[in-house]
Amino acid sequence: MNPLSAYLLLSALLFAIGLAGALTRRNAILVLIGIELMLNSANLNFIAFWRYGPNPELPIGIVFVIFSIGVAAAEAAVGLALIISIYRHYQTTNVDQIDSMKG
Amino acid sequence: MTWSFGILALLTIIGAVAAMSPRNLVHCALSLALAFAGLAALYLRLGAQFAGFAQVLVYIGAVAILIVFAILLTRGTELPGQSVFSRTWAIGLGIAVVVFGVLSGMILSSPAAAHESAITEAPQATVRQIGDQLMSKYILPLEVTGLLLTAALIGAGIIAMHERGSRLAE
Repeated sequence: MNPLSAYLLLSALLFAIGLAGALTRRNAILVLIGIELMLNSANLNFIAFWRYGPNPELPIGIVFVIFSIGVAAAEAAVGLALIISIYRHYQTTNVDQIDSMKG
Repeated sequence: MTWSFGILALLTIIGAVAAMSPRNLVHCALSLALAFAGLAALYLRLGAQFAGFAQVLVYIGAVAILIVFAILLTRGTELPGQSVFSRTWAIGLGIAVVVFGVLSGMILSSPAAAHESAITEAPQATVRQIGDQLMSKYILPLEVTGLLLTAALIGAGIIAMHERGSRLAE
């Protein structure tokens, strides 16, 4: 198993942990934490392929990760603002109880 | 040198698992910061210094702190009798295990894994090179990201603002 596979397996494991947390936890903020973990695992994939890939003199891997980090930060800010606003109206952050639009 | 990879990977996975396990919410947020730190160290080990420092600055310095603030602003509604997991937690866990199984099966059976690793030297990605590329080839994504960050800033401020005559004023 070469180093690239080791990094890819670590990234897959982080993705699975983030996915499990986002699907099973009740609190909306923990769902967001799971999503951030998934984004980070994708970033690790990019850097690993940039390092061990065929064309390492182009910094496209790092540039993509820079943009991904920026977009993820913006998304976390907006998501947490939404959670705070929902808490203000429903007095709870339990995703099972925020179901007034349920059919 | 694989022991350094092993230690950093173990640190990151412990942080990730602790961030998702049932405990005090602030502990979850701080374990997430630990996982981010482990990832930043892995980026440095891979030779992507700018990405590593950007990870520390943005994720640990902004996103983790933001999550801690949001946790502190939305407390006090957890009844101790209720479970912290959703009702359908077994399905979610099963899906995550299946996803990890499929991904690891693909990784281990791909041609990239069968390669013997030629010890290539770390590629050079100085900040000057990244800056040149950002200003010449990737100028459009740069401007669009600036616009996106402005919109997110204004939008988050408006969403979380106290409304006039809101219920909290009563």
